Amino acid sequence: MKASAAVIEKIMFALIRVSSFVIIAFLVFMIGYIIKSGASAIDLGFFTEMPRNEMTQGGILPAILGTFYLMVGSSIIAIPIGIVTAIYLTEYAKSPRIVKVIRLGINNLAGVPSVVFGLFGLSLFVVFLGFGTSILAGSLTLGVLNLPVIIRSTEEALLVVPGTYREASLSLGATRWQTIYKIILPNALPGILTGVMLSLGRAAGETAPIMFTAAAYYTPELPTSIFNEIMALPYHIYVMATAGTHIQATRHLQYGTAIVLIALVLALNMTGLILRYRFRKRLKG
Amino acid sequence: MRHKSVIYDTIIENTFLVIGLVCLFFLFLIMFFLFREGIPIFKTVGVFDFILGDSWYPTSEVPRFGVFPLIVASIAVTLLASVIAVPFSLAIAIYLSELARPTVREVVKPTIEIIASIPSVIIGFFGMVVVAPLLQEHFDIDTGLNLFNAAVMLAFMAIPTIASISEDAISSVPVSLKEASYALGANRWQTIFHIIVPAALSGIWTAIILGISRVIGETMVVLMVAGGAAVLPGSIFSPVRPLTSNIAAEMAEAPVGGEHYHALFAIGIILFIITFCFNIVADYLSNKYKFKEN
Repeated sequence: MKASAAVIEKIMFALIRVSSFVIIAFLVFMIGYIIKSGASAIDLGFFTEMPRNEMTQGGILPAILGTFYLMVGSSIIAIPIGIVTAIYLTEYAKSPRIVKVIRLGINNLAGVPSVVFGLFGLSLFVVFLGFGTSILAGSLTLGVLNLPVIIRSTEEALLVVPGTYREASLSLGATRWQTIYKIILPNALPGILTGVMLSLGRAAGETAPIMFTAAAYYTPELPTSIFNEIMALPYHIYVMATAGTHIQATRHLQYGTAIVLIALVLALNMTGLILRYRFRKRLKG
Repeated sequence: MRHKSVIYDTIIENTFLVIGLVCLFFLFLIMFFLFREGIPIFKTVGVFDFILGDSWYPTSEVPRFGVFPLIVASIAVTLLASVIAVPFSLAIAIYLSELARPTVREVVKPTIEIIASIPSVIIGFFGMVVVAPLLQEHFDIDTGLNLFNAAVMLAFMAIPTIASISEDAISSVPVSLKEASYALGANRWQTIFHIIVPAALSGIWTAIILGISRVIGETMVVLMVAGGAAVLPGSIFSPVRPLTSNIAAEMAEAPVGGEHYHALFAIGIILFIITFCFNIVADYLSNKYKFKEN
């Protein structure tokens, strides 16, 4: 009886280790395979040239720029509103009822499927407000999508700042706003930046919300106003892989675009995670 | 002087409250516009005919708007993905919280978190160009773009969510329970299986429900990998067309304000309600059974 319990333990622990390893191996295989298949497509021109010959040759400059504009545009919406909401929730709100209601709103907003955000953006920004398929409509849609990301990270960052800092500041006669502005925000800054990085990564990688609100299959020229439609990296991968007459011929370009997108999103996320890690360590120490 | 800054403080507090309500306002706007654009389809098709109708031919001469095959596809893909994702996620959660040495943990945990940050279009692309041909060859089937492939890719996406929330739940089980179990002569596995996991069960359920909610709402993976046939699946290797991918695939062709357009928004309403319910349940579970830290 004793022996069999020990055997079961061994088997289960082995299974657990193998399962964890399988998932990591799959991740490594996926990224490795994409890099191996797309490396040949990547050179300097891939980043700086317009697509040529029905997108079978040339670079992906317009898609890179389009994604950049969407990242900036959505940040302009999400960052100020998100940070202010988080400050209200952690520093000001007295009524637990209001906090509960706002938090319920945030949680449910975070759970709305991305394609539903696309529908929302289409009906409100593109059609009802008449922005058309444009950088503006896409940025607004992604901005709303990213609000919960910013709010949660900022809240977490604010909560980690020790209560003694607040008490010290208040006891010196500072108002709450002075305390927030001069003491809490500077101390929470790295944690807030984590949220900003994560939300930028999300804006760069989301496809469904921009499909009907911002993205175009191909634009012959770079955008000149926020009312232009644009190409974007994730949408570019999707349409190149599924539509058109050159799906097989452009495979290496699809892999190349995938590498650029993965590199961009991982760089943003890792910066965010490293900032968070350092921030936690510093405030603990 | 002091008086002025206090007034100033009150003004800021109220301004911030108004901005804090923006999230709620957007949630309300999402609901309002979904219903505004989705409800009109029910003038043409009854609610029950819409949900239980078994044919989806939105562009034929006499259009048919029955989303039952799409609902079944969403449920089938989600269930299969959960069946695959849950064991792996729990294994990772137990590994990270109970087995891994701290140095290994410092590497494995962020690596799993990386999976969560990979854009879904990349996972869909990989499923389409790499996994699909493999499946087609191996299982000798018509197409590798099918329910099974979609479920595998979705499971991979859901694993970091389920694993990390489960790990938090497992880690928050009081050490005293563990010690009591060891003291009674249980070994580590018996303690994990009979004491720790049951104690963390509500957290694990929250994790699973949030994971499932993500899978139901995921669009790009199913759009690229599930095969796209709007019929009831005959086997796990049948091509299917879940709700999300149907919206994404057809919205570009649906004229604004037409029946097809309204029908796609009505599908959006269904999705919104499903994920809303899942989130409420997850919220409830995670608040109700938290271990009280003392």
